Amino acid sequence: MTAVAAPLTQDGRSGIWGWITTVDHKRIGILYGVTAFTFFLIGGIEALLVRTQLAQADGTLLSAEAYNQLFTMHGLTMVFLVVMPTASAFTNYFLPIMLGARDVAFPRLNAFSYWLFLFAGLMIYTSFFAGGAPDGAWVGYAPLSGQITEAVRMDFWSVGLQLLGVASIVSSANFVATCFTMRAPGMTMLRMPVFAWMSLVVAFLLLFSLPSVAIGLFQLFLDRNFGALFYEAAAGADPLLWQHLFWIFGHPEVYVLVLPAMGIVSEVLPVFSRKPLFGYEFVVFSGVAIGFIGFGVWSHHMFTSGMGPVAEAGFGVATMIIAIPTGVKIFNWIGTTWGGRLNMSTPMLFSLGFIAMFVIGGLSGITHAVVPSDYQQHDTYYVVGHFHYVLFGGAIFGYVAGVYYWFPKWTGRMLDERIGKIHFWLMLLGFNLTFGPMHILGLNGMPRRTYRYPEGLGFEFWNLMATIGSYIIGISLLFFIWNIIRSRRNGTLSGSDPWDGRTLEWSIPSPPPEHNFDEVPLVRSLDDFWHTKYAEDEQGRAVRIPAVTGAEIDVFAEEEGEAHGDIHMPSPSYYPALSALGLVILGYGFVYLSFGWIAVAVGGVVALWGLFGWSLEPVTRSEHH
Amino acid sequence: MSAHSVADPIPADHEGGFDLHRTRKTGMWVFLGSECIFFGAMISTFLLYRNTTADGPGAELFDVAFTSASSFVLLMSSLTMVLAHNAFERRDIRQARIWLTGTALLGATFLAGQIFEFTEFVHAGLTMSTSPFGSSFYMLTGFHGAHVAIGVMMLTAMVILSTSGRLHHDRGLNVELVGLYWHFVDIVWIVIFTIVYLLQV
Amino acid sequence: MTVVQHTAHPAPKLYWIVALILALVTALEVAASYIDALDPVLVPLLLGLGAIKFGIVIAFFMHLKFDRPLYRSLFLLGVFGSIPLFVVLLLTFNAL
Repeated sequence: MTAVAAPLTQDGRSGIWGWITTVDHKRIGILYGVTAFTFFLIGGIEALLVRTQLAQADGTLLSAEAYNQLFTMHGLTMVFLVVMPTASAFTNYFLPIMLGARDVAFPRLNAFSYWLFLFAGLMIYTSFFAGGAPDGAWVGYAPLSGQITEAVRMDFWSVGLQLLGVASIVSSANFVATCFTMRAPGMTMLRMPVFAWMSLVVAFLLLFSLPSVAIGLFQLFLDRNFGALFYEAAAGADPLLWQHLFWIFGHPEVYVLVLPAMGIVSEVLPVFSRKPLFGYEFVVFSGVAIGFIGFGVWSHHMFTSGMGPVAEAGFGVATMIIAIPTGVKIFNWIGTTWGGRLNMSTPMLFSLGFIAMFVIGGLSGITHAVVPSDYQQHDTYYVVGHFHYVLFGGAIFGYVAGVYYWFPKWTGRMLDERIGKIHFWLMLLGFNLTFGPMHILGLNGMPRRTYRYPEGLGFEFWNLMATIGSYIIGISLLFFIWNIIRSRRNGTLSGSDPWDGRTLEWSIPSPPPEHNFDEVPLVRSLDDFWHTKYAEDEQGRAVRIPAVTGAEIDVFAEEEGEAHGDIHMPSPSYYPALSALGLVILGYGFVYLSFGWIAVAVGGVVALWGLFGWSLEPVTRSEHH
Repeated sequence: MSAHSVADPIPADHEGGFDLHRTRKTGMWVFLGSECIFFGAMISTFLLYRNTTADGPGAELFDVAFTSASSFVLLMSSLTMVLAHNAFERRDIRQARIWLTGTALLGATFLAGQIFEFTEFVHAGLTMSTSPFGSSFYMLTGFHGAHVAIGVMMLTAMVILSTSGRLHHDRGLNVELVGLYWHFVDIVWIVIFTIVYLLQV
Repeated sequence: MTVVQHTAHPAPKLYWIVALILALVTALEVAASYIDALDPVLVPLLLGLGAIKFGIVIAFFMHLKFDRPLYRSLFLLGVFGSIPLFVVLLLTFNAL
């Protein structure tokens, strides 16, 4: 069996217990990735059911009740259980390596974030068997979400999202501390790879946006279960408060979803154009600018809520402004490929696909920024088309590019190029066939979030096309899965640097050892690894430096006592998984409040046991090899 | 060198190549930055609903003198906290334990004051379900109180650990980090006390 | 490469002085809230005094004045980020 992850930990733990107690960022990255991909398939099935229902007028496959649960869970799954954890998977695996570090700042906290994500995601899914899944849309607008009384569906939703939020917040604090305090000697902030920068911006976005929705969710929970009146219009409250608190989180959230994918594209394009990234500083600072401005546009999701012309104009203008840094990135990516010797392998195809699809999505986004136009587009399929172009054609294409690019690093083997190209073209075709027509449907008046449409409104043809497109996407994913399974077993061996890469992850073996670097690198420039391989001749062309052994190149920092055998890695621990389990049990107690006090007590005890054990154990218990 | 810019890479002469204490402080400070949004959202909700009393009682229930006293108690607990940290840095564990105990006791006193205040208000007819004002008041002060309670738990844990010599610099449960958390909880109360109690516009 | 030296901790006396200042400012605030004549300027006055207490605790008790600039940036980003955010929120409700 090909070893996908690092070999045995220092403690010699293997098997399931090794995975449960791991604090190795690479293993945690793989856990996130595999879990996210599984949820992706589940969310995809939910989408296929929705699309099948809508393929014809007056569809009869799903009742309204079932439909509402499926589209709600599709949205929730894709946003919180697929795209965010996928970004986390890449950040977890590569951020430390790109920075020349051996792990993240808080390895056990890192593990805790994963286990909390897994257990909370599973918890939300158990709602299907416990009276029904959440059905108030992934955005859960009050007052509806406060009034849904079927079983405890919306409590699974609010409690589950809280737990997922906790996982993201602590993970973000982890990545911020890592970026600011654990870079290798010589790696200034402006020598970090773009992917590392985007991960840092995303961490800040989450840290400063999640608390807003956390409060909204608590308020909703209190309204539903303790008779609070935060969103009760009859008592003089304003349900619009929910929308504000939600979208203050929700808008930065969409940049959380797409910025890491933009980071990946910024890594892939230079390598496959054999040119440095054009305008590195511009790409970095435009990412930071998107992060900042992203906090100032949230009410563009609320143009039709009656805020008044001043608010609408303000948020409309801000939304247009945010197109500028986005455009800066696009132009810099074009500048990167322009004049390069392009290697059109699958990672490059998906990256170019990202740019094209994201631009289309961005253009429809601009039309949303025009307030009177948005009045017509809001709550129609036009919006559904827009966000799938940026989130699927954008973010997901970018993450798939990352999988094709970095699969060799995780496994030591290449993914198959022919199957990859079939995957790409089928997915591109299916994707555009599914979501392109939605712009037409929306402008023709088809509303979203409705379980069926009657005959005679002219919606039939494009809905059928969209459904066919969704099945083509499904088929393309089968090729993807086949590619992964086949290549893990029989893929061409890749070596450490199959793409002639530029960044530090290509300087270590594939897969990397637990401690990442035998010796901590001394970083002298941006794309430092590239500069250890190539010098420039008088005409500025790259000239390969003859391969030398490590003893001859002075690329490694000298550290006393840091010879290979003396590296102390953090020890495995079961406290993170235990604490996460305790919190989720606590969560069940809050969902089932009427008789859930036992779960609250048990969960509380387990969580406290985990947290105290964790805070009292030393980070490293192991001796030298 | 005491003035490091954000751009400096870390010196590689600590075990594992990085300074864990500095890393932990970075994590704690960014977490506290995040908590500003958390409390900011609750304070905003309160400001939105400060006059939505739905024929129920409103700010006239507040006993500013009483709350000032309990605010003073919490403020002084920040003093004892920083003295505890100072003692710990001087390796005077016994002194540290005394001040930590004092901090925990002052925190518990503050909580007792809060509970007393809440029971008075409930008797006077202000509950979470009386009005949006009631909901937002109890949620804001309740969450703050929960933060204080968690702080008292951590302080008590450290007092107990210090009796058996198990209060270390390099563990997660760490006097300086708990101190930062505790002071933060205090300054949040400064904001709440000013906006909720003193500024009953 | 040198290590950041932990800046020497101030003597306890400084902390007692800071605590005294905090107590005095609190007393001023409470007094001001009872003096009717100050009503027109009460809001900015109390917010200002509160901000002073806030700042003193952060700078001295939390040691931020003497610590790495990074910590200051991280925390003040939260403070000064949340204020405009929620001011805009409340303005859309005409609640300010």
